[in-house]
Amino acid sequence: MSADTNRMLIKGNEAVAFGAVDAGCRCYFGYPITPQNEVPEALSSLLPEIGGQFVQAESEVAAINMLLGAAACGIPALTSSSSCGISLMQEGISYMAGSQIPGVMVNMQRGGPGLGDIGPSQGDYFQAVKGGGHGDHRNFVLAPSTAQECYDFMFRAFALAFKYANPVMVLGDAIVAQIKEPVRRVPPKDAVAPEKLADLAAPWRMEGFGRRGPGAKPRLLKSVYLAEGALAERNRMLMRKYESMKADVAWECTDTDDAELVVVAFGSIARIARSAIRQLRAEGHKIGLFRPITLFPFPDEALRALAPGRRFLVMEQNTGQMVEDVRLALFGQANVSPASVSWHGVMPGLFIGADALREPMLQALKEN
Amino acid sequence: MQAQELDALRPAEGESLAFDTNPVLNERPTHYCPGCHHGIAHRLVSEVLHELGVADRTILVASVGCATFTYDYFNVDGLEAPHGRACAVATGVRRARPDSVVFTYQGDGDMAAIGMAESIHAANRGEKITGIFINNTVYGMTGGQMAPTTLVGQKTTTTRKGRSVSNEGGPIRMAEIMAQLDGVAYSARCALDSVKHVREAKKALRKAFEVQLQGLGFGFIELLSGCPTNWHLDPIAANKRIAEAMMPVFPLGVYKDVAAAQNGEAQHA
Amino acid sequence: MSRVVFLEERCKGCRLCVEACPVHILRPSGRFNRHGYEVMEMDGQCTGCTSCAIMCPDVAIRVFKSAKPAKGEA
Repeated sequence: MSADTNRMLIKGNEAVAFGAVDAGCRCYFGYPITPQNEVPEALSSLLPEIGGQFVQAESEVAAINMLLGAAACGIPALTSSSSCGISLMQEGISYMAGSQIPGVMVNMQRGGPGLGDIGPSQGDYFQAVKGGGHGDHRNFVLAPSTAQECYDFMFRAFALAFKYANPVMVLGDAIVAQIKEPVRRVPPKDAVAPEKLADLAAPWRMEGFGRRGPGAKPRLLKSVYLAEGALAERNRMLMRKYESMKADVAWECTDTDDAELVVVAFGSIARIARSAIRQLRAEGHKIGLFRPITLFPFPDEALRALAPGRRFLVMEQNTGQMVEDVRLALFGQANVSPASVSWHGVMPGLFIGADALREPMLQALKEN
Repeated sequence: MQAQELDALRPAEGESLAFDTNPVLNERPTHYCPGCHHGIAHRLVSEVLHELGVADRTILVASVGCATFTYDYFNVDGLEAPHGRACAVATGVRRARPDSVVFTYQGDGDMAAIGMAESIHAANRGEKITGIFINNTVYGMTGGQMAPTTLVGQKTTTTRKGRSVSNEGGPIRMAEIMAQLDGVAYSARCALDSVKHVREAKKALRKAFEVQLQGLGFGFIELLSGCPTNWHLDPIAANKRIAEAMMPVFPLGVYKDVAAAQNGEAQHA
Repeated sequence: MSRVVFLEERCKGCRLCVEACPVHILRPSGRFNRHGYEVMEMDGQCTGCTSCAIMCPDVAIRVFKSAKPAKGEA
């Protein structure tokens, strides 16, 4: 029996809930959908206990708009859903991006397209990373691969959302959502205090002008800019902002120093790949893992730095999404031919083990 | 402003200013069409907020339609909402800032078509917000298409032979629907077609805000309004249409008043 | 005597005030503001009832009421 009272055996979904609350989230709006239901269920009791607000919305459309309203007030607020529900949220996400509102969303991906199934998938990569709503917008995207990261990344998510006044998407999947693992409920060392988040929001938040002292002017948060050239200027500003997000890019390398073949994978697939890589290393193969942690901004510079003398095997649970960004990152680089990036897709909905990834890795190791 | 105007605006000996604007209403001339009732409705809301002394903690949630730019005319913090979603956005605002005063200002398409679910559910939850519903039986901003409140037989750009029950169904009566919901503390329908009705509308509007201040629940007010441009009528003829064609289908009245019921006052429908 | 003042650049010529005035003293002026709208004007004895201002969607009317009631005032 562990004497560490901060240690809990919980699902990734529950870790999201605890992480959000500990990071300062005080409002949650969501709708039931498998496989993320423990997120609203846990928050339905956690939030009222600390004077927060929990609303089970009538739809994901309503939920994302409630998130927009609460986050516009500078209050750390959260929604969660899965794939099809996230599709419904795209309009609201585009509006938050256009109005510079720091909503945080969690997507526990399931098989698609359409109703799909309730198994794991990484089929929403494009939707998350390319800005799934209309117009030129980007979400900052974090990809956890363990229940502990589900807890830890919530702190990052709120800090980044408020730093950049932008929507942040935490992109999980059915495995990381449902896996039950030991989680230490201790804020990461670099966690940003909720008071600091409030300071970041002070220049723009909705609060009633009376709170800003005598003579304060009312303010406006909107995304519509009809005057000649105004929307153009707005988009230039957003472009610069998205570019500046590179300052917070994150990735993890395992065993890449002497690797001939580097597997590129994120989320649950990265974790399963790591098990296969460990086996193959023990058998003498020079293979490593490059795991993007931020999917936007994509760690393309780190990938390019790894490229000379190495081949890449992109492994993901979809029919080919992140592989495009890997190829884009390496395109035109000296000593990197297109053939040096290969791809293996696990079909959406399947639950696989390390053995399912071993063969494709061996195959790629043989190719030269 | 002309110099003569400025002179004329100074009260002379023995005169008092009987009608003036108020500081909650922005001075900016509106983009609304001549005779459009949005202007009257905006002014009434600003007067109520001013008289209640709550402008400094008010957050307005705008919608999409001709009134997308509502926030340009009110000197209060203003937030844009996607089409139809104002009641959900307002829910988020009110939950995040429980000490604020929150209202939405929505047309018939925004509140009763695309936003029907969000409007009904915010009302059902008894969110402490005020929903202002401008019913002019058309989609104004987009050029006069059918709205949920378009009358049977009314010609619009998407019902060129007139709205037919068999294809489109009949008009939706929001004030009555809202009154059915437990979370709604006040639901009334008024009109802006005459001085008498405008005066009554202001009283009802005030009540729709008071229920929020008293923590009683959702305050709903439907305002029968004119759209001269898309009705192809001049403003005076448009007002006549409200009285002659709209009121029989959308009867004026107070459909729910929880505060009055508590005080034992009579309710009339 | 009571009177109304039109803020002419705000008037959109909708004539709702003309219709609303119970003593029928408002009328089109023949003058056009810089937006191209024909502005209304007062011609006659105003009672200070504020009906016109209440109906005006553009807050283009200010009403001044006399302290002393004049003949015919409500």
